[in-house]
Amino acid sequence: MHLVLFLIFALFALAGAANLLLQKHPINSALSLIVVMSSLAVLYLLLGAEFLAMAQVIVYAGAIMVLFTFVVMLLNEGREEKTWGSHAARVVGFPAVVALLAVLASAILRAGRHYGMVSLSDGITTTQDLSRVLFRDLLLPFELTSVLILIAILGAVALARKDDGNA
Amino acid sequence: MNTPVPADWYLLLSAALFTMGVIGFLSKRSLITVFMSIELMLNAVNLSFVTFAHEWHAVKGQIFVFFVMMVAAAEAAVGLAIIIAIFRVRGTLTVDQIDRMKL
Amino acid sequence: MNEPMLFLPLIALFPFAGFLLNGLFGSRLPKAIVSTIALLFPLLSFAVVARAAWMVHGGMLLPVAESGAPTWIAVGGFHVGFQFVLDQLSLVMLLVVTGVGFLIHLYSVGYMEHEQGYWRYFAYLNLFLFFMTVLVLAGNYLLMFVGWEGVGLASYLLIGFYIDRKSAGDAGKKAFVVNRVGDFGFLIGMFLLIANFGTLNFHRIGTQLAGHPAISGATATLICLCLILGATGKSAQIPLYIWLPDAMEGPTPVSALIHAATMVTAGVYMIARTHALFDLSPTAMMVVAVVGTATAFFAATVAMVQTDIKRVLAYSTISQLGYMFLGCGVGAYSAAVFHLMTHAFFKALLFLAAGSVIHGLSGEQDMRRMGGLRKAMPVTFWTMTAAVLAISGFFPFAGFFSKDAILAAAFQHGTLGKALWTVGLITALLTSFYMFRLWYLTFLGESRGAAHQDGHGDGHAAHAHESPWIMLLPLVVLALLSVTGGWIGIERFAGFLEPVTGQAAMVDAGHTELFLSVLAVLVAALGWFLAHLFFGRDGEAAAQAAQSLAPIRRLLQGKYWIDEIYTALIVRPVQWLARFVLGWLGEWTLVRGSAWLMSGVVGLSGELLRRWQSGNLRSYAAWLAAGAAALLLFALAGTLLGLNGFADSIHWAVR
Repeated sequence: MHLVLFLIFALFALAGAANLLLQKHPINSALSLIVVMSSLAVLYLLLGAEFLAMAQVIVYAGAIMVLFTFVVMLLNEGREEKTWGSHAARVVGFPAVVALLAVLASAILRAGRHYGMVSLSDGITTTQDLSRVLFRDLLLPFELTSVLILIAILGAVALARKDDGNA
Repeated sequence: MNTPVPADWYLLLSAALFTMGVIGFLSKRSLITVFMSIELMLNAVNLSFVTFAHEWHAVKGQIFVFFVMMVAAAEAAVGLAIIIAIFRVRGTLTVDQIDRMKL
Repeated sequence: MNEPMLFLPLIALFPFAGFLLNGLFGSRLPKAIVSTIALLFPLLSFAVVARAAWMVHGGMLLPVAESGAPTWIAVGGFHVGFQFVLDQLSLVMLLVVTGVGFLIHLYSVGYMEHEQGYWRYFAYLNLFLFFMTVLVLAGNYLLMFVGWEGVGLASYLLIGFYIDRKSAGDAGKKAFVVNRVGDFGFLIGMFLLIANFGTLNFHRIGTQLAGHPAISGATATLICLCLILGATGKSAQIPLYIWLPDAMEGPTPVSALIHAATMVTAGVYMIARTHALFDLSPTAMMVVAVVGTATAFFAATVAMVQTDIKRVLAYSTISQLGYMFLGCGVGAYSAAVFHLMTHAFFKALLFLAAGSVIHGLSGEQDMRRMGGLRKAMPVTFWTMTAAVLAISGFFPFAGFFSKDAILAAAFQHGTLGKALWTVGLITALLTSFYMFRLWYLTFLGESRGAAHQDGHGDGHAAHAHESPWIMLLPLVVLALLSVTGGWIGIERFAGFLEPVTGQAAMVDAGHTELFLSVLAVLVAALGWFLAHLFFGRDGEAAAQAAQSLAPIRRLLQGKYWIDEIYTALIVRPVQWLARFVLGWLGEWTLVRGSAWLMSGVVGLSGELLRRWQSGNLRSYAAWLAAGAAALLLFALAGTLLGLNGFADSIHWAVR
């Protein structure tokens, strides 16, 4: 059961990511990203992280991607054009990506022998467990994130405001 | 029925997603899709966080993911605002054409 | 034993104090105070020397080494201190240096009265005395070298004293550069001494030589040749004499003090000081003797045709120094030092008298425009006469005794010695001739000032005046010394110096010496007679002789064209080389090359970085990815190289 679920949603995630790359229109890419994120939410659940799965759906697939789609629609960017502005991206970047993948994969494969298995019966990290740590040990960082988000909101407003002459 | 999955499969998936994010960053021409690629990379990293948290039964790994989400939300808000501002000034979101600091 | 208190450092430090006071504050002090300072300190150090001499007379044992001298260099077993040593030789030298030095200071007060930079002159002069006393008192070669270089510096400063005259500056530079060639020899000699003896201390080298007489002749010869090179530079001998005639650009008292009486004798002093080493090397001795004789003869011939009164005296000095070298070369060190002393008296006197003449004629130095000054300047005339008689070697003047001692020693020095004696005797004839030529041209006959005067006013002699007494007093004192300085006699003098210079290779007195002495006086008289013939009455005999000997005369007037030959053979090639080095190596390779290289590197890297910083986001991302891949590869390399496990390798990479 676990294996099946993992394979299905891993496949979804990969396919979504691939689609993100292949689509020419930003709105299609955004929708593909939502697929990826939703699949990841399921995978989080499989790994026993129920709170994160919910947060993933609400924060990422919900809030952030809605923001993305809004912006895409707002700016009304059409299909992206093929431009060749970066020589380095082709000559340096892609070999680097291949090397990156090779290194990561080989490292994971070498180290993975020592790791255990993941199964449905592993038990779940409950929201209660999480909140106990979050609100007790890490209360201050948690509160600081709220300040961070507040500042981000202010920044976003300041940046995106229509330039009415005085900014 | 309840066939377990090796933990490194998750990690491999994470690596694959991350690499695809990098590829997107390098190859996509629209600033918005480049930004999406960044989000993809963040998610890939989050997946490996959760996997390790499961592997070592460490709640703090998950909390780290939570914080990443917060930061990603803030970043998305600011980043998209910047994108709007850039679009307003340049009239385009093609990254190859946005290579100048001065207006 | 109770150490006698001699205050040796004070001898050197008094003039140094004078130098500091006048050098630092002289420009703001009135002339009277400057003169007082300048005279007081040399007098004080002369007083210290005189006290020491008195104590020696009273039976104090020499040498005295000042104890508690601070260490200068201590490297391993090698040790050099600021040690001053007083022995018979340095005592004689000190008496000459501070005594004659003081007289010349006194004279300078009158001579330099109207010159600009009065204080500067006396500061330099005191500086010279400081270094000269250091040179003489030094207990080791290195300290001696300090004085040696210091007097060179003072000499340079004083030759170029008239800073508004280019020729003076050039002459100063020439003296400095030529002396460097000699110093090079001195330095190499010192290095060889360190290598062979491990010390530079005169006394210790002496004891080592006495203890191990087996030091090979070749080593001794090599060291001696190097030291001889140094001595020829300082004492103006062939081949490095060329700076001394030009050094006459300096004020006349300077010529008297530095370039006649004291500094130029430093080479002779050094050889006498090192005689233990020279005694081991007949070759080096021969070189010294031959160089000295050749220089004496050569300079005397040139002196015969010079018209500038100071240049005659300059070549005469070179010639007399040649005599001293001859004395050293035949082993008669005490005779050489004896001649050094008498020469200091009469040559200083000659220069000062010449200075008095020049002063009286408002700066005229050409003997062809002098003449008939006997009446106008009686004191100068009579003192000058004493000096001329002394240098020509007439009995009983000082020069007779010392020159005779040297020639006698040469005569007894084998076959080579006989040949050298012959040349020396001919040189004595020439000396007498050119000195009386100077005497006749300057003081006798009619005044020729008017005949050659073009433009302004009448002849000098018309208003030639005797110098003030402050200048005449030193003349008189020196004249007395020139007359009586030799009466002590070479035997007693040599006996006094014997502890330092060793047993003089003297002399079975009697007939031979008497014969030689008579011969010497006869030769001097012949020189006078010839000079009288040519210059005594009128210029015609001289003119005729000049006509018949025109080629030789031209050769002599051109000073054998040695300066020109040096210019062609050494100066030009060196200048070419310097120009090449400067132009190609310096200018092209180093300056332009490095500038070009630096700008090229900067420009090239700037160009690369500029392309790198394209502003293109995707390019940045590509490099970012490349960097990340490289870092991860680095981390992985740890695991691949056999470190245990991925975690370990991360750990390793981080560390």
